[in-house]
Amino acid sequence: MMEQLKSDILDILESNAHIAPAEIAAMVDADEATVCSLIRQMEDDGVIIKYTVLANRQKLSEDDFAEALIEVKITPQRDYGYDDLAGRIYKYDEVQAVYLMAGAYDLAVRIKSRSMKDISKFVFEKLAVIDGVTSTITLFIMRKYKEDGVVLVGEDADERLVVSP
Amino acid sequence: MRSFVSGTVRDVPPSGIRKFFDIASEMKDAISLGVGEPDFVTPWNIRESAIFSMERGYTHYTSNHGMLSLRELITEYLRTRYGISYDPQVQTVVTVGASEALDLAFRAIMEPGDEVLVPAPSYVSYMPGVTFAGGVPVPIETRVEDNFTITAGAIERVITSKTKAIVLPYPNNPTGAVMTREQLESIKDALIQHDLLVISDEIYSELTYGGQHVSVASLDGMYERTLVINGFSKAFAMTGFRLGYAAGPEDIIAAMVKIHQYSMLCASTMSQYAGEEALRYEMNTDFSQVSKMVKSYDMRRKYMYRALNDIGLEAFEPRGAFYIFPSIKSTGLSSEEFCFRLIDEKRVACVPGTAFGAAGEGFMRCSYASSMENLREAIKRIGEFVEECRK
Repeated sequence: MMEQLKSDILDILESNAHIAPAEIAAMVDADEATVCSLIRQMEDDGVIIKYTVLANRQKLSEDDFAEALIEVKITPQRDYGYDDLAGRIYKYDEVQAVYLMAGAYDLAVRIKSRSMKDISKFVFEKLAVIDGVTSTITLFIMRKYKEDGVVLVGEDADERLVVSP
Repeated sequence: MRSFVSGTVRDVPPSGIRKFFDIASEMKDAISLGVGEPDFVTPWNIRESAIFSMERGYTHYTSNHGMLSLRELITEYLRTRYGISYDPQVQTVVTVGASEALDLAFRAIMEPGDEVLVPAPSYVSYMPGVTFAGGVPVPIETRVEDNFTITAGAIERVITSKTKAIVLPYPNNPTGAVMTREQLESIKDALIQHDLLVISDEIYSELTYGGQHVSVASLDGMYERTLVINGFSKAFAMTGFRLGYAAGPEDIIAAMVKIHQYSMLCASTMSQYAGEEALRYEMNTDFSQVSKMVKSYDMRRKYMYRALNDIGLEAFEPRGAFYIFPSIKSTGLSSEEFCFRLIDEKRVACVPGTAFGAAGEGFMRCSYASSMENLREAIKRIGEFVEECRK
């Protein structure tokens, strides 16, 4: 019951972290104090990591922003497997995400920086030279169509008639 | 020159919704809680299957009954979801929306002067549909005290020797009421005793909250006298596809198909392919997309129920569809006055309860198939308006 309530609260916060507790309480049919205490509990337990913004930077006219996905092949190490090398990569500030993958390569690395040039520099100066990294393929993101389940291009106008039976 | 329009048609009053639509559509900045359709766009896999069907050149007529493969999916759905079994060959017909199925049903059963019981308030098409078919619609007033359900007593009060059928529109538009198994059981004896056909409009069956939808056809002794009408519009957000169906006794379906084959021929072929995809995908994925939509409606339903009561508009808790039907009596205004002033002064469009029959006086219909942002702003403005009315 409480787990279901928590999950419902998370669903709401994930779509809009800005929403007032009273409104969440109404949407899940609970009282506001319960909702507040569950949110606090999830914050304490590390279920809620932080409140963030889903931004569409393509709408800003900034030219000092670049993002890339890098496919990294590595040689797993005795005793540490992939974890040690992953750690050497995720500690860099530029690195936004690191995932261990099943398939043609081992680590997927998402990287954010000021320019493509900076990213290239990071790859050949920092990433490619790490012992155990055997190859990298850098894929620059040119345009984002959809992020976190939200379509970023075009306007979704409500096509419905204003009043209908 | 004489008037060529039939008196029957002329005498049916225009829809109260239409009048309101004309005003609301003039106001571009209005927030609308007047929309009677889902705010989701049709899921992409369903749209894509309609596109594929056109690419492959599946653009011909289908069987008058509808494609057998679709009818097989429909009967499997009705059997597994609601426990009612039909022979896909002879007990179901695919129609142009549930609306056509209703129209066919009325025309298939009606002798001149036959009476059909229609709960009020309810969807605007039932009464005119009965009239156009040559019957006489008889309203059964449902009351907020009975959670807007039909009671055996209410049926007894309006029954005559000419009563032939009853429309059972649950989950209900505009009240959001549902009828539970117990409530259906409690009217069953009256329906059987008076030998009525039940035309059960279950178009909102998937949108039921905090309990499973029960089809009246699944009750002992009711299967033979029930015509189930359903469709794809509300469950799968497919209103524009115009795809519905009826399932029921073989002789009634045969009569409906006879009218359908001479008037409509068949439902749109692309829509039928889309309908197949909708049912197949949802049945294979434990109704994944439907449950996501239902959950989203449910949260907005709860929000509206609490928010309307908080601003002083007493509302009955809806258990189905995506409407809430608060009482506006405490403001001292009539339904029409309230809604016309609300859109004029606050730019919020709700539909007066009277658009769904005289029994809707004192209420208005708010659709919560709208974004939380819209609902929040609408509630704020309705709250201000109620406050001003009371001064």
